Amino acid sequence: MSQTVVPPTNRSAADAPARRLSSSTISGMDIGGASSGVPDALGHFGPYGGAYVPETLMIAVHQLADEYDRALKDPEFRRQFEYYIREFAGRPTRLYFAQRLTDYAGGAKIFLKREDLAHTGAHKINNTIGQGLLTVRMGKKRIIAETGAGQHGVATATAAAAFGMTCDVYMGAEDIRRQSLNVFRMRLLGSRVISVETGSRTLKDATNEAMRDWMGSVEHTHYIIGSVVGPHPFPRIVRDFQSVIGQETRRQSIEMFGRLPDCVVACVGGGSNAAGMFYPLVDDAQVQLVGVEAGGRGAALGQHSATLSLGRPGVLHGSLSYVLQNAEGQTADVHSISAGLDYPGVGPEHAYWKDTGRVKYSSVTDDEALEAFELLAQREGILPALESSHAIAAAVKIARTLDKDKIVVINLSGRGDKDVMEVSRLMELRSQAATDAKGAPQ
Amino acid sequence: MTDRLTQCLTRLRAEKRTVLCPFITAGYPDMRHLGGMLMALQNAGAGMVELGFPFSDPVADGPVIQESYRLALEKGADVGGILAEVRGAREAGFKLPLLAMISFSILFRYGTPRLAAEAAAAGIDGFILPDVTLEEAPAVIEEIGRHGLAGCLLVAPTTPPERRRAIGALCTGFVYYLSVTGITGERTSLPADLSANLLELRRLTDRPVCVGFGVSTPQQVQALSGLADGVIVGSALIRCITREMAADKPDVVRAVGELAGALSAPLTANNNGC
Repeated sequence: MSQTVVPPTNRSAADAPARRLSSSTISGMDIGGASSGVPDALGHFGPYGGAYVPETLMIAVHQLADEYDRALKDPEFRRQFEYYIREFAGRPTRLYFAQRLTDYAGGAKIFLKREDLAHTGAHKINNTIGQGLLTVRMGKKRIIAETGAGQHGVATATAAAAFGMTCDVYMGAEDIRRQSLNVFRMRLLGSRVISVETGSRTLKDATNEAMRDWMGSVEHTHYIIGSVVGPHPFPRIVRDFQSVIGQETRRQSIEMFGRLPDCVVACVGGGSNAAGMFYPLVDDAQVQLVGVEAGGRGAALGQHSATLSLGRPGVLHGSLSYVLQNAEGQTADVHSISAGLDYPGVGPEHAYWKDTGRVKYSSVTDDEALEAFELLAQREGILPALESSHAIAAAVKIARTLDKDKIVVINLSGRGDKDVMEVSRLMELRSQAATDAKGAPQ
Repeated sequence: MTDRLTQCLTRLRAEKRTVLCPFITAGYPDMRHLGGMLMALQNAGAGMVELGFPFSDPVADGPVIQESYRLALEKGADVGGILAEVRGAREAGFKLPLLAMISFSILFRYGTPRLAAEAAAAGIDGFILPDVTLEEAPAVIEEIGRHGLAGCLLVAPTTPPERRRAIGALCTGFVYYLSVTGITGERTSLPADLSANLLELRRLTDRPVCVGFGVSTPQQVQALSGLADGVIVGSALIRCITREMAADKPDVVRAVGELAGALSAPLTANNNGC
């Protein structure tokens, strides 16, 4: 990033979230806003988290943790982060009343936190701006990333272009097929997209390859992990950069309703949009927090990606958390209609929240997500990402059970343009299956 | 630490020798050849053997070892099957120290104390922990130590000196020094500063040191003679097995023995094994 860019500092303290300010708070921006006491210095969220990676990577992991600590204490870093998420990413995103969806559900008022309106079309940009700025501070010139749906890949490619760094994105071959639009976007932004042909050729395998790249490039390359997963300090850093979502929601709720929402719903793959939404609200016991996982085609191992709902504690990609694996620690195949949720692990803080009971985790199936996709498109004029569609499906069910004076917020983590080709293919398959069933002898 | 491993490492230091430590994947090309390959490595003059427990997501491994893990798992390699073969090899006269290279994912899910107890009973002498960091290692090393197993941790070219010293102090087996910054797999040349790095490491820790990653030829092995207690060769052996499997009448035991013999020849002028 050019050193001549000096973001203006015209935000007043009045813009700060109306809440206690943590030790990490310097100006109006409250990165993270820690009050829960996790993680500890070694990255443990209760028994979860930590760092389980080859020693080769530890120098970069320590460098990142040190640089992040320094950055948090540096008002200039906060100013830059604030500047880019406002002027470049278009924050704050709106908290929008979904009138017709509310009528449809017939219960609580439903509001949408419009992360789909953030630059590049998803919440992922919050993290890549933050980590991109950290990369500049560390003096590294190359960025690598893994991506599933391609949203993190696009956001990383965008930050790389904006800050003048080279960027290689690892993406599973299967995901390249179902998210071709995002592949082209990354290439247009000047990044290289590297097809990963190993394993299930999805997000898990892309993460493996990115880590292998980093094993050899660690001294000059920063790996921007896209979710609240990986070795310490990634789960903390990604959560902190994403917590702008929950802070805004908090402030907007107080402005709009004079109180906090009754229930907040977010989808969970690795869990970054959910962590960013939930974290600033975890201390507010009156707010029900619901994480929604991908139930896929059913509860059998291999048919879903519902790691917290159906998995067990284990180790994957550098941290201890819930994992979908066999009895000997071999990672299981997973499935989801949504490439961004198609992952056998989940962030360690979610494991901690599950065990402490602070967040409830449920799942919705591929079909329910697809219905929710169409529902939001036709009742609100918004095409949601298939990932976010999981949260919509669950939130409608919840709203239905609540009184009309209650408020449910859905984190609409991304827009669905990237999914339209895949949805079209699935709808054709479905209508074909319906035709076949009709034509078959009884 | 088992007597077998202690005596080997003590003797190597006393005699200022370097031994070959071949790495093979348990269950590749299949489980029934494991015992035969262990004996062939022993007969070829190896000093210790490193046995890779196949793992679905080995982030430190290059394509050759990854593929061997994938195929081993596809053929049903599991902890019970591997340990049964190890027990059989011990009964058949396999006497070298045997170290399991095992991902923490497997240890954690199986249960570290349970796996340590079963591995020790089967005749394994220690665990190489490729993804347990200094920060997480004390509890793991203590747990496996209770069952007599040594813990070996990695030191990388990127590891700062004070951290190298701390890792050395924690290792109860040898320190596994990574010759390159990167994943496993053959390299045409080793880093120019490798010998200086090894000498520096020897000053920082009195633990035995084995060096691996990227070492594949007898010339590279010879170049490392005297700089470490052991030289680890993995991908080259796995590739040799793969090549042999493509032959008309594959004999992987013979092929592995021949390659190990060629690799250890520069180290075994007067002394075989450990």
